[in-house]
Amino acid sequence: MAIVSRGFHGRPRAGGDRLPPGQYLVDDFPVLSAGPTPRVPTDRWEFVIDTESGQTHRWSWQDLMALPSQTPTVDIHCVTRWSKLDTTWEGVSLDVLFEDVETAADYALVHSYGGYTTNLPLEELLDGKAWIAHRFDGEELAPVHGGPARLLVPHLYLWKSAKWVRGIRLLNEDWPGFWETAGYHNFGDPWLEQRYEDD
Amino acid sequence: MTAEHLDGNALAGPLAEIFAVDVTAATGRCASCGLAGPIASLHVYGPEPGLVARCSGCEEVVLRLVRGPGVAWLDLRGAVSLRVSLPDPPDLPDLPDLPDLPG
Ligand SMILES: [Zn+2]
Repeated sequence: MAIVSRGFHGRPRAGGDRLPPGQYLVDDFPVLSAGPTPRVPTDRWEFVIDTESGQTHRWSWQDLMALPSQTPTVDIHCVTRWSKLDTTWEGVSLDVLFEDVETAADYALVHSYGGYTTNLPLEELLDGKAWIAHRFDGEELAPVHGGPARLLVPHLYLWKSAKWVRGIRLLNEDWPGFWETAGYHNFGDPWLEQRYEDD
Repeated sequence: MTAEHLDGNALAGPLAEIFAVDVTAATGRCASCGLAGPIASLHVYGPEPGLVARCSGCEEVVLRLVRGPGVAWLDLRGAVSLRVSLPDPPDLPDLPDLPDLPG
């Protein structure tokens, strides 16, 4: 048996160079959950940013809707190996939410309704790389996909895009989140296949 | 509508890779609310990205199990204890005679 089969290299994969290593394409939108789906009515929803110096910035749902929104079209990559191309969202850039936030913190711990957490360097949330997304594919974001609003950080594996997002704590030291304390990689770059902690 | 979660029997195979006893028959006590019950009664979410077993009383996480290539991570911090039924231990060897103690 040949060890290297002909055509293994160079055969165009579906998704081409937009598919990170070890991923396959899906057309549906798989739902993975680590707990019951929170149902958060928008009249009781809020989003908070807590800074390392103890300042709290708060937005109600109405506040969020009043902010300028963007409509990013992005590819998303789940650590369980599925990728979905050209997903269309509407949301508020975290650059907008951070406009009046004074911080020198390097780290962010994102927390959600239902208790989920995930951590990332603050700079991964800024400069047009992340949104609080409240619409998907032209419709309100469904609860199973994180509605009423989820974080969207498409350049990292999707577990960093916390569903049912409730807030961000800014920290001087890194604080690993839910999956990051259970074997998953601390950063989660799909292009470097950073799936597990030793990858 | 089907339940969102599986029951704790879904943990039997994955935990059998790690433990020599059937842990789903063990009694676990939730670190959050103190409820004790068989591991098989937990509410299990997953299996991907990992198995998350939650207390049937308070829905807090009791146990998490992530299986990667050649490795597993088990987090039991949400469990105060696991009570496992086992046969009696083999007879202990006789202790040496101790000298008489005064009084
Ligand atoms: Zn409990």
